[in-house]
Amino acid sequence: MNEELLNTLSRIVANATPLVIASLGETITERAGVINLSLNGSIVMAAMVGFAAALVSDNLIVGMIAAMVAGAVIALIIALASIELRQDQVAVGFVLTLLAADLAQFLGQDYTRIPGPQVPNWPVPVLDQIPIIGPIFFDHNILVYFSYALAIGIWFWLFRTRPGMAHRAVGERPEAAFARGTNVHRLRYLYTTIGGALVGLAGAAYSLHFKPGWSTPPSMQGDGWIALVIVIFGGWHPFRVVLGAYLFAALRAVSSDIQKNGLIVLGQTIEFNFVLLNALPWLLLIVTLVLVSTGTIERLLQIMPRPLQKRMRSVLRSDSPKALGTRFEVD
Amino acid sequence: MNITLKNIHKSFGRVHANNNINVTLTEGQIVGVLGENGAGKSTLMKILSGFQPADSGEIWIDDQFVSYDGPEAAIGRGIGMLQQDPLDVGAFTVLENFVYGRSGGILPRWSQAEQELNRYVRDFGFELDPTLWIEQLSIAQRQQLEIVRLFALGVKVLILDEPTTGISADQKAILFDALRRLAHDDKLIVLLVSHKLEDVIDLCDSVIVLRAGERVGDMMMPDSATITPEQISATKTHLVELMFGQEMALHERSLATLGETVMSLDDLHMRSKRLDISGVRLSIRAGEIIGLAGLDGSGQELFMRAACGLAPVHSGHIRLGERDLTGKPYRHFMQTGVIFGAAGRLEEGLIAGLTLTEHLALVESTAGAIHWPRMVDETNARIAHYNVRGQANSRIEQLSGGNQQRMLMALLPENPRVLILEQPTRGLDVDSSRWIWQQLLERRQRGAAILFSSPELDELVAYSDRILVFYAGRIYEIPDVAGITIDRLGHLIGGEFNG
Repeated sequence: MNEELLNTLSRIVANATPLVIASLGETITERAGVINLSLNGSIVMAAMVGFAAALVSDNLIVGMIAAMVAGAVIALIIALASIELRQDQVAVGFVLTLLAADLAQFLGQDYTRIPGPQVPNWPVPVLDQIPIIGPIFFDHNILVYFSYALAIGIWFWLFRTRPGMAHRAVGERPEAAFARGTNVHRLRYLYTTIGGALVGLAGAAYSLHFKPGWSTPPSMQGDGWIALVIVIFGGWHPFRVVLGAYLFAALRAVSSDIQKNGLIVLGQTIEFNFVLLNALPWLLLIVTLVLVSTGTIERLLQIMPRPLQKRMRSVLRSDSPKALGTRFEVD
Repeated sequence: MNITLKNIHKSFGRVHANNNINVTLTEGQIVGVLGENGAGKSTLMKILSGFQPADSGEIWIDDQFVSYDGPEAAIGRGIGMLQQDPLDVGAFTVLENFVYGRSGGILPRWSQAEQELNRYVRDFGFELDPTLWIEQLSIAQRQQLEIVRLFALGVKVLILDEPTTGISADQKAILFDALRRLAHDDKLIVLLVSHKLEDVIDLCDSVIVLRAGERVGDMMMPDSATITPEQISATKTHLVELMFGQEMALHERSLATLGETVMSLDDLHMRSKRLDISGVRLSIRAGEIIGLAGLDGSGQELFMRAACGLAPVHSGHIRLGERDLTGKPYRHFMQTGVIFGAAGRLEEGLIAGLTLTEHLALVESTAGAIHWPRMVDETNARIAHYNVRGQANSRIEQLSGGNQQRMLMALLPENPRVLILEQPTRGLDVDSSRWIWQQLLERRQRGAAILFSSPELDELVAYSDRILVFYAGRIYEIPDVAGITIDRLGHLIGGEFNG
């Protein structure tokens, strides 16, 4: 396989990692029935906090933990406002996303454009020697490996464990969860906070790993919205969410390559307005939503052989958790 | 296990939903809980099953005072409730639903649980594939799963809230067999909350009746194996008397004189994602009432909507008098006097957040500015005439279900040509239903034709001149309703068109 292609693929995996972590965090939150719409602001804030903390303490771990705390606090505000104060999750999340992004720029003024620590590369021994797979997936840093483990861990948790069933039930039908002795509010607090902490870690992944440093305007501005969209594209399933994040990063890589070199087809350079490429991910999302809402996926499932049907259903299903964004009250 | 409820009180605001209720339940019995809407049946059952705490009163199990908080704790005490809409998780498989709520380690033992589930399912004579998703099941199957689940959790008291709504005659027979087995062999207490007197008489050993929050009487049921039709009808009359405090004559069929054809459907063909209804020929005459029977999703919903322009017609013609309205939007039908009333009162019929006056303004005013003082006067007049408990400036969702239905009736035009009504008495008690029918029959006397759907077989038989039975998009017409038994109709609804 040619060296350049391997490099590109490896870069796509690295670049996608913050998106993977953020959208997996949001998946955890939304599976519990809470929408954390503050992602865009949370990521920017956590990126700033993470970078500043790592810089001041000269310790990457401290930076990451600080970023996670920042993300968790914002998520906790949403959970509190929704559960305790009975406010609309969407409204609160929207306000927080604007607030956090602007606040981060204000608080981060002293840290712009200075070199800081960066998560070191650490190829996994043995695994990085596997042809093709090795250089693409196992020649990265610890955050990238963490994102793999996270996806597998969430899948196992949600679909194979007893507490994972309660987690999904709280997002699907809290009344049923309540009737089975699950404490709906406690779990919503828990998973919203954990999800928020992961979003915070995603912020740190921007400022400490991918495009390290802090600048105004922040380079990761806008990616929070993309992460929210990836969760929808991914049908709230961790593996599809990861796939969505990689696809998005790939589209971005293609787009930036075309910006640099122009679009070359069969040796001919084609005049092309590359700004249009930025719209591609959204187009992809619309196509996905159309496929889902017209029942195409349901029909696709029905023509599959039965054993396969059962396996594929949880992956291909794309309905949002039924109780997403709603409040639960015991009567 | 025996259960005694002592001096149970529960109030919601000024409404005394349960007023000093005392009940003793003995194991091995199937007990019916009867009462009109708002009599306090559901409240009492929710208290017993832990979904709601009582304001005061005690629950004793086998001569021991117990107190528990929440449905799971109630199940721990052996008391489980099957809700009308079973409390399961749609995105789970049958097996996951069975396992969820049972104690155990982080990793459930799936194969062991599956064997256990299959054993119970077989014992009950049910059919449930553990790998199917809840979303793919019918209501009856979801009930079966819930019964199996609660039984496996070791409940000794099983409460069922309106379990026969939306299930076929065959499914009902399977359910009743299972319930009899639970009570008579496994010595459970089975409590059946129902509006359907036939079901209660058929299944229950005894009945307690609530009225306005108080227990007003109880009655032993005759043995269902040897019961005669006369006994059934006498028992029914007695129960209605207990529920309403007075004897109510059952509705006498009145034959209206049929006028000319007002609406004709010619070789109509409708399609939805799941259904295909073709070759529908029907002419509806003024003053005629046509009942549409069938389980939910059998095609009657699609048919009714297509007949008034709310769903697309694939081919064929809809004519109103001389006018061909095929493919025209509902607005055109409405202008011709074809009015549709949806089953979902608050979903489709009424608009939550709007006041009664605003609702009237929506249907009455044609264009331009609304003359509000006049609209308020008109609303008050309708409120008085239709006996709606509410004010002109109340928001619609503040009214009770029965009053919302009355308001819907008040919003209908006085002289429609064709009324197409989806489950016009859904969720209403006998008294409110009768009132609704009074209003409808008055309009019929003035020449309106009525098409209505209903899950209640006796309602269909009582009011229809003709009945169309829908099953999976096929239609069977019963031209002479007087000659049909409820039993036969039940089988037709289950798709047994031949025989």
